Amino acid sequence: MEGKVYTATVSQLNKFIKQMLDSTPILTNIWIKGEISNFKLHYSGHCYLTLKDEGGVLKAVMFKSSANKLTFKPEDGMKVLARGRISVYEQGGSYQMYIEEMQPDGVGSLHIAYEQLKAKLAEEGLFDESHKKELPKYPSNIGVVTATTGAAIRDIINVLSRRYPCAKVIIYPSLVQGDGASANICEGIKYFNDTKCVDVMIVGRGGGSIEDLWAFNEEATARAIFASDIPIVSAVGHETDFTIADFVADLRAPTPSAAAEIVVPSIHELNDKIASLKSRLVFSELNIIKLKRAEVEKLKPKNPQTKLADTRVYVDDLSKRIMRNMSLVISKKSDALKAVTGKLDAMSPLAVLGRGYSIARDDDGNVIKTLAGVKSGKEFELILSDGEAKAKFV
Amino acid sequence: MAENINFEKNITELEEIVEKLEKNDISLDESLKLFERGVKLSARCNKLLDDAEQKVNVLVKKDGEIASEDFLLGDEE
Repeated sequence: MEGKVYTATVSQLNKFIKQMLDSTPILTNIWIKGEISNFKLHYSGHCYLTLKDEGGVLKAVMFKSSANKLTFKPEDGMKVLARGRISVYEQGGSYQMYIEEMQPDGVGSLHIAYEQLKAKLAEEGLFDESHKKELPKYPSNIGVVTATTGAAIRDIINVLSRRYPCAKVIIYPSLVQGDGASANICEGIKYFNDTKCVDVMIVGRGGGSIEDLWAFNEEATARAIFASDIPIVSAVGHETDFTIADFVADLRAPTPSAAAEIVVPSIHELNDKIASLKSRLVFSELNIIKLKRAEVEKLKPKNPQTKLADTRVYVDDLSKRIMRNMSLVISKKSDALKAVTGKLDAMSPLAVLGRGYSIARDDDGNVIKTLAGVKSGKEFELILSDGEAKAKFV
Repeated sequence: MAENINFEKNITELEEIVEKLEKNDISLDESLKLFERGVKLSARCNKLLDDAEQKVNVLVKKDGEIASEDFLLGDEE
């Protein structure tokens, strides 16, 4: 049978549909999943956008009061989760969503969660330099919290073996992604702290996506690292990966291999260091001996006995030299003497007498040399070679 | 573990001895004693490094208790 076809005005119809939607509880508070398109930020502060998927579109508006609370910048193409109510915009004759809350969907939400947690913990001071502990210079035992398979543990063990085999390595096996990973990591950190069987810890894993690394972005993991009394080096993913664990750790290593290098000294450098210390040791000791000897030489006077003996030797030596010289002098002098004596002999009056000359001497003993001394009848003495005779001048 | 505590102690003591000798604020007798000790320490340090062989253990839960076992790379792969 034909029912009566109702007649209504446009306004009445729109109002009716609005009432229908408004009185459907599920539509008054619902999450809608979709992709943003035609996003416009109006100068009034209100946002107008369309949420779409393969099947259709949904017009939406986000008023300024709600839009202000956004922790991210909505962009066309972004997949989001939007919460709000579905109602009718009577003026426009369409239904639309009035969005109260919006967040990125999927990977995007992880990024947001990461940023939010990072900000929260930074504010609490978990990343402060003042909380970071120094690593031990020569660790005896190194704890590693990571998976027992994969590149990370292999790289860590290889680097440690090459660089510093003196240190013992203790592995706390742990899941490093998925459910339970964060809990495992926390257990490992707690175990090493409770037993105090290591001097330093490496906590990490190999490379992966943000979802794979997520355990190292969880709040529980961060707090466990912060609470550790044993220094922790974080080693998560590749050089460009930064997780919250990296910010809380006492030191961040860009890779697991780098962590192993940071945590121990190199055995080659140590050998060099020992050699250098040894040579400084020897050199400085030799120097001390040299200096001490010089001091002693200066201060100590020569032993008197020694001095006497020394003098004796000196004197003997001098005597010998004098003697040698003297005999030289004497022989020279005697030659000269002989020469002079010879000459004297020749000049001796006796020698002259021998040749036939005689000497006349008067009574006073003066030699009569000239006629002036001659007087007739004077008596004088005549000396001949073999004696004297009295004589008178005629 | 005792060995490695000694390494750090040994090398630190050796450094201190060298510093003392370089400062030369001591008697000849004392310097000779320190020198001897220094030689001993450096020999010990060298030995500790030369003899070192890496040990790697992994912790396993056995009957609710945690025990330590030797770990070989590639064991569980």
